[in-house]
Amino acid sequence: MPGYCAVLLQLNLLDYFSFCFQWATLRMERGAKEKNQHLYKPYSNGIIAKEPVSLEQEIQEMRRGGAEPEFDMSDIFYFCRRGVESIVDDEVTKRFTAEELESWNLLTRSNYNFHHISTRLTALWGVGVLIRYGILLPLRVTLAFTGVGLLVVLTSVVGLFPNGRIKNYLSDKVHLMCYRICVRALTAIITYHDSENKPKNGGICVANHTSPIDVIILASDGCYAMVGQVHGGLMGVIQRAMVKACPHIWFERSEVKDRHLVAKRLSDHVADESKLPILIFPEGTCINNTSVMMFKKGSFEIGCKVYPVAIKYDPRFGDAFWNSSKFGMVNYLLHMMSSWAIVCSVWYLPPMSRMEGEDAVQFANRVKAAIARKGGLADLLWDGGLKRGKVKEVFKEEQQKLYSKVLVGSSEDRSRS
Amino acid sequence: MGSRASSLLREEDIDEIKKETGFSHSQITRLYSRFHSLDKGENGALSREDFQRIPELAINPLGDRIINAFFPEGEDQVNFRGFMRTLAHFRPVEDNEKNKDMISGEPLNSRTNKLHFAFQLYDLDRDDKISRDELLQVLRMMVGVNISDEQLGSIADRTIQEADTNGDMCISFSEFTKVLEKVDVEQKMSIRFLH
Repeated sequence: MPGYCAVLLQLNLLDYFSFCFQWATLRMERGAKEKNQHLYKPYSNGIIAKEPVSLEQEIQEMRRGGAEPEFDMSDIFYFCRRGVESIVDDEVTKRFTAEELESWNLLTRSNYNFHHISTRLTALWGVGVLIRYGILLPLRVTLAFTGVGLLVVLTSVVGLFPNGRIKNYLSDKVHLMCYRICVRALTAIITYHDSENKPKNGGICVANHTSPIDVIILASDGCYAMVGQVHGGLMGVIQRAMVKACPHIWFERSEVKDRHLVAKRLSDHVADESKLPILIFPEGTCINNTSVMMFKKGSFEIGCKVYPVAIKYDPRFGDAFWNSSKFGMVNYLLHMMSSWAIVCSVWYLPPMSRMEGEDAVQFANRVKAAIARKGGLADLLWDGGLKRGKVKEVFKEEQQKLYSKVLVGSSEDRSRS
Repeated sequence: MGSRASSLLREEDIDEIKKETGFSHSQITRLYSRFHSLDKGENGALSREDFQRIPELAINPLGDRIINAFFPEGEDQVNFRGFMRTLAHFRPVEDNEKNKDMISGEPLNSRTNKLHFAFQLYDLDRDDKISRDELLQVLRMMVGVNISDEQLGSIADRTIQEADTNGDMCISFSEFTKVLEKVDVEQKMSIRFLH
């Protein structure tokens, strides 16, 4: 008996939640089996198995023996199969919707098997709803308002001090305190790894982007200079207050288009050792935390030290991904505050600098690969901008060029013989 | 609220699709979820724009031809049944094929039907013949600007010469099948669907 109690005490709250979620899933599976129906299983394991064969390899294989014709009518099979494979499962579009989970975490929004829920399960879910919306949400909203309010007021107060060490010290303390209140407002359970690599002044911190909460998570553990567009409304008020206490970099909408201006302001900031490290999300948009997409090269051209950070959320307790085409910011924040918890891990990677002979794009890809490896995310070359925009024609032209080489290449061989 | 894709698909529909295409129950529900995620307009049917939103398909030189193959003559919406019927062509061939396609009496993923799918990619006007013009157009799609008109023309001429047996300067479906009789169509035109 005592041994049992000891074990129970050692399991923490998250483990109890996990146990509940697994029970919920098993219950649904049983319900489905009793009704002789099938349970919907998400295709997180993939719908098809793809073989990573290149165009040249495949076309060569298809060429029949004997005299090599330049073109074979069967060449079309390669493009055809690749095309249909991408219709069934492609690497890009699935990164812009929330990850689907194997087990149900008692949140309505992530359930796909409603008709298999038993009464006991519904009761558990009902209790969950009461707790989340009746107790957790009001508490969290109050905390959030407190945090933001204090941030605005206290940073304005600190702004009254003359520039110097005292002001910087107070500014750091104020920022950290307010961000930590916001972290509590989301019940974010964060594990920081390798804190010895935390970003220092005169550098740029880059991280993968999943949600606006990323900022709060990083800024509650260290002080950064934020970069962003000037907003109106409440956001604008917060921005103006923050910049009184310490220098952040806010751009007007018109300035954002001017790449040289942006680069100059960033370089000037990092050149000043007294200013805080800049926090940048080079993907440029929110991705669903299963992959890291193309890093925009702008921040990597500046020539200072880059401190990569990997952020990985645990989707079992609450999915932090912000699908901005489906939900607005307020809706999103309400979702976050009515989840069980936001659980994530942050890894601070050792600083990296551009190597000799490496251009900005290669450097960006190297940093991206390091972040993807640490966070256990897929490393993709695709642009996060594909969430909204079309893919560039130049990629199709590359494919056409590759195929032309295969055709023309064989004719060159023939003319030689 | 989360996607309720699976609850919109009825068991009777799943059974019918199973009979017609040979996909398993779990494959059909997964593919329905995929269909649903591509359907941005949420109207139960896919348009050409929905397909073009897939980057890997948009950069495929024959992307537009493949998209076209999903849409029946003159229509620009494809529902889930049509979607599955077209995908069924790419099911690997199994030895114990029990399901039959209603019309041709052959399973959708037979060698003949796979070849027919590829034939239709070439046959732009759907008149069951591949003319020199059509062949040239498809070739142009595949190579882009990298090969000259004359070279492409001679490739097309040579291909038609080798395939055309009845002298009408066009490739019919039977001539197409003959030319490709040694190619492992079953393997090249199959996708490994996981269970």
